[in-house]
Amino acid sequence: MTWLLAIFQTLLFVALAPLLAGWLKWCKCHLQNRQAPSLLQPYRDLLKLTRKQPVVAEHASWIFTRAPYIIFSAIVLAASIVPLIAVDLPTAAIADVIVLVGFFAFARFFLALAGLDIGTAFGGMGSSREMTISSIAEPAMLMAIFTLTMTASTTNLSFAIIHVLNEGLVLRPSFVFALFALMLVAIAETGRIPVDNPDTHLELTMIHEAMILEYSGRHLALIEWASQVKLMLYGVLIANIFFPWGIAQSFSVQALAHGLLAIIGKLAVLAILLSISETLLAKMRLFRVQEYLSFAYLLGLLGMLSHIILEASR
Amino acid sequence: MMTMILAYNAVLLSFASGLLALMSNQCAMLLTLSQRFLTVDAHFPRCRKLLDRILEESRYASLHRQAVFVLLGLSGVFAVLAGLSVMMGQDNLTDQIGLGLPWLPWHVRFDGLSGFFFLIIGIGVIAVSLYGPAYVAFYQESQHPFAVLGLFTGLFVGGMYLVLLADDAFFFMIAWELMSVASYFLVAFQHEHSANRRAAFIYLVMAQVGALAIILSFGVLASFSDGLTFDALRQTTVSTTWASIAFVLALFGFGMKAGIVPVHVWLPEAHPAAPSHISALMSGVMLKVAVYGLIRFCFDLLGELQWQWGVVLLVLGTVSAVGGILYAMMQPNLKRLLAYSSIENIGIIFMVLGLAMIFMANGHPQLAALGFLAALFHAFNHSLFKNLLFLGAGILQHQTHDLNIDTMGGLIQRMPQTSFLFLVGCMSISSLPLFNGFVSEWLAFQTALQVDVLDNGVLRSLIPVSAAALALTAALAAACFVKVFGMIFLGLPRSRNSEKAQEVKDKSMLYGPALLAGLCFFFGIFPNIIINLLNGVAKQLLGQSLPNDAALSWLWLAPVSANKVSYSPPMVLVGVLIAGGISFWYLRRNLETKTMRRASAWDCGFGGLTPRMQYSCSAFTMPFRRIFARVWLIDECIDKEMQGAMDMDVKAVHYHLQVQDHSWPRLYQPITHGVNQLAKRVGRIQTGNIRVYLGYSFVTLILMLWVIS
Repeated sequence: MTWLLAIFQTLLFVALAPLLAGWLKWCKCHLQNRQAPSLLQPYRDLLKLTRKQPVVAEHASWIFTRAPYIIFSAIVLAASIVPLIAVDLPTAAIADVIVLVGFFAFARFFLALAGLDIGTAFGGMGSSREMTISSIAEPAMLMAIFTLTMTASTTNLSFAIIHVLNEGLVLRPSFVFALFALMLVAIAETGRIPVDNPDTHLELTMIHEAMILEYSGRHLALIEWASQVKLMLYGVLIANIFFPWGIAQSFSVQALAHGLLAIIGKLAVLAILLSISETLLAKMRLFRVQEYLSFAYLLGLLGMLSHIILEASR
Repeated sequence: MMTMILAYNAVLLSFASGLLALMSNQCAMLLTLSQRFLTVDAHFPRCRKLLDRILEESRYASLHRQAVFVLLGLSGVFAVLAGLSVMMGQDNLTDQIGLGLPWLPWHVRFDGLSGFFFLIIGIGVIAVSLYGPAYVAFYQESQHPFAVLGLFTGLFVGGMYLVLLADDAFFFMIAWELMSVASYFLVAFQHEHSANRRAAFIYLVMAQVGALAIILSFGVLASFSDGLTFDALRQTTVSTTWASIAFVLALFGFGMKAGIVPVHVWLPEAHPAAPSHISALMSGVMLKVAVYGLIRFCFDLLGELQWQWGVVLLVLGTVSAVGGILYAMMQPNLKRLLAYSSIENIGIIFMVLGLAMIFMANGHPQLAALGFLAALFHAFNHSLFKNLLFLGAGILQHQTHDLNIDTMGGLIQRMPQTSFLFLVGCMSISSLPLFNGFVSEWLAFQTALQVDVLDNGVLRSLIPVSAAALALTAALAAACFVKVFGMIFLGLPRSRNSEKAQEVKDKSMLYGPALLAGLCFFFGIFPNIIINLLNGVAKQLLGQSLPNDAALSWLWLAPVSANKVSYSPPMVLVGVLIAGGISFWYLRRNLETKTMRRASAWDCGFGGLTPRMQYSCSAFTMPFRRIFARVWLIDECIDKEMQGAMDMDVKAVHYHLQVQDHSWPRLYQPITHGVNQLAKRVGRIQTGNIRVYLGYSFVTLILMLWVIS
């Protein structure tokens, strides 16, 4: 039963991700006085792409054609271990938060290889930039996560959330720092403004889009879908770790429905915040990103130190 | 006793393979010998025929090579068996050999720790001997005699076994020197290049300086005890000051061999110089023997551990890990890159050992066991994937006649099998989930996250920072090996050699790497096999096992406790297969769109993409060069050649980039300079005039007489 529920939660996660992307676009359009596409537009795009025959570059090897499947399954697996509507599901135990970071690394590894595979300058450019940014973002992310795991003394997400729930509403300075650090990292890792702009294909500034420039058809659909799931993953991580209230702690229908509504509400608010910040900010130069990410790392470090100095039990 | 015999067999077989190698050019002699003494051919005509066929001039060389490597491989098999059986049996076997000086017999001890390193060496040696015969066949006999290579390989491997078996300081040093000196000859094997001779010389000097430090550290302990046996050393209690002095000396000596920053400079020089299967052994296995030495010395002989030592190890390890991978990233030479990445991995091992030491000294032996186990597991994993990558580098060197990553490209089409094996190596060294490198790094993180139990505020903030450095290292390693795999195997070929490259003809060359790649994956999915073995080692050496060893089933990895952390690689694998399988099946069900259409890549509408337009190695790492600019000494310049009226048109642009590590100009050049100055001063008393020398003898005589009277 719990296994079924876990699988259901994963499927829900994957199915809701395009909706979040649609909602984000909708909010952004309205903030920028543009006409918004329907909320369901991402679904239509994905469906259209899966029906098309993919076109593959001449020199592409099996890495290029298999990478979308590998990336997609790594991200889906990452989604399966993050509690969405209920905690204490069995899938949460098969991997902890460090493995979650590992899944992201796995997907990124193949995405970067796929970028290099076709032998054009764009692919290499995207891969190089993606690996640079992620290698500075990863320590910052782990720093923020370590703050949380040290407070809850577990790296298992489900148990960590339960710990935060049991503590009740306590203002912890370390959590505030970690929250901001994780938000900054999330923006960088999901390729949003100001680090990368998902809406343009301007040659000299693109990062994520440069790597996937050669993809088409079902391959592109998988990669797009995976990045939508990734965006939602970061959203759920932020929402459920720092504001876990509402998540189902028992498996009754009522609690689960409550949990679902809560997470939808939280994600909607986060998406509005993200679209406001994307409207207000401009994309920064590539070599300013390191300063941005070092700031995230510094916040994570401050969170850690304030946990050790102010909050630790002894 | 059975186990001991297995271990001895491993040693003897490795020496035997070395001796057999000496027979490489003795075909004619063997033929006459066989004709003179084997006069039984009337009774056994078949036997005679077989012998004649073996001794036929054309076959002899290749058969002989194979025989040498078969013996070496058998020694590896025996080493694996011996290691496994001693770890399962969980007891200490001791023995004495009456060799050496009459009043100093060689003490031998074989326990779980030695057994584990026997396992590491054994697997490495087996892989190398599968790979060796085909690889060595490329050498010209007149220039690079096989006898030399085979002899010193046998001695080198035998020396490493003996280091692990040694139970007194005297025997330990003999075995250690055997290992060092034999490997010196292997580094100097291709001595026609002056760079290789220089590398070998640096290696020898540093190995000897390191050995000196190790002798001194044993000396410090021995001066407080009544003997040189490890048992005597173990039972002495040394004051903290002297123990710290011994620790620093041992750290210097063993760290030099292991390649810790800043005493790592021999490593990136020596590894590219040696033949690839030897670099694989040196990097994958010999560095681990140095780690063994440090563990044996600190955790076993030195007595009570101090947490300050742990901090020293932690800091040095962190610096080596981050520095090693940053230096690795900038290397265009594949083997140099791999050598620097060994420094990184040794850094990780030292870091986790430091954590273990800190926990041990603060009275948390269970967490110390966790750290100890993570360090040893990482040593094991590193030996697997680094061997794999070095063997792959050897194949690449043969097929493309080059080691420069910038001249390769597109080899995945031409060398599909090699590329797949290399990919597995790259994935495990980048510590991606499902592969073995990830498990040990995960354990390292888990150890670091237990910092809450410590009371010391400095440690509590230092350890998380080093954990973040470990995360940085892992991310940089992934970037580095994306670059390696991407530049070598993907894209378009960047030179004629890589355009013409083909898959190896002799498939036996792929068996060794295939074995290692298989093990990388297997132990990534079922890490508990090794962890259970290591748990026994930790129990034997530290007197403690994991906090939660009940939960070590084949499916779950939960070293601390089940409701704190857990990781289940088999279930992750199943999950990935299900998710990947469903998407694969679902998206390709439509027959019309199932086949893919091939078209040329997007060229912005200008046409004519050439391989030179791809990102190169230095282009890929350019953002890193800019972000971490202080780490290297970068010499970058762009020369433009002008032509035409007023010299305004650009004819050609030359880009030159050289990246060097800081240690040469900052540390070693002052030392060599100082030594040279000193030598000059001393040289002044040598005038070459016989009267002056007679004067010296006279003055000395007078002084002596004065001293005596």
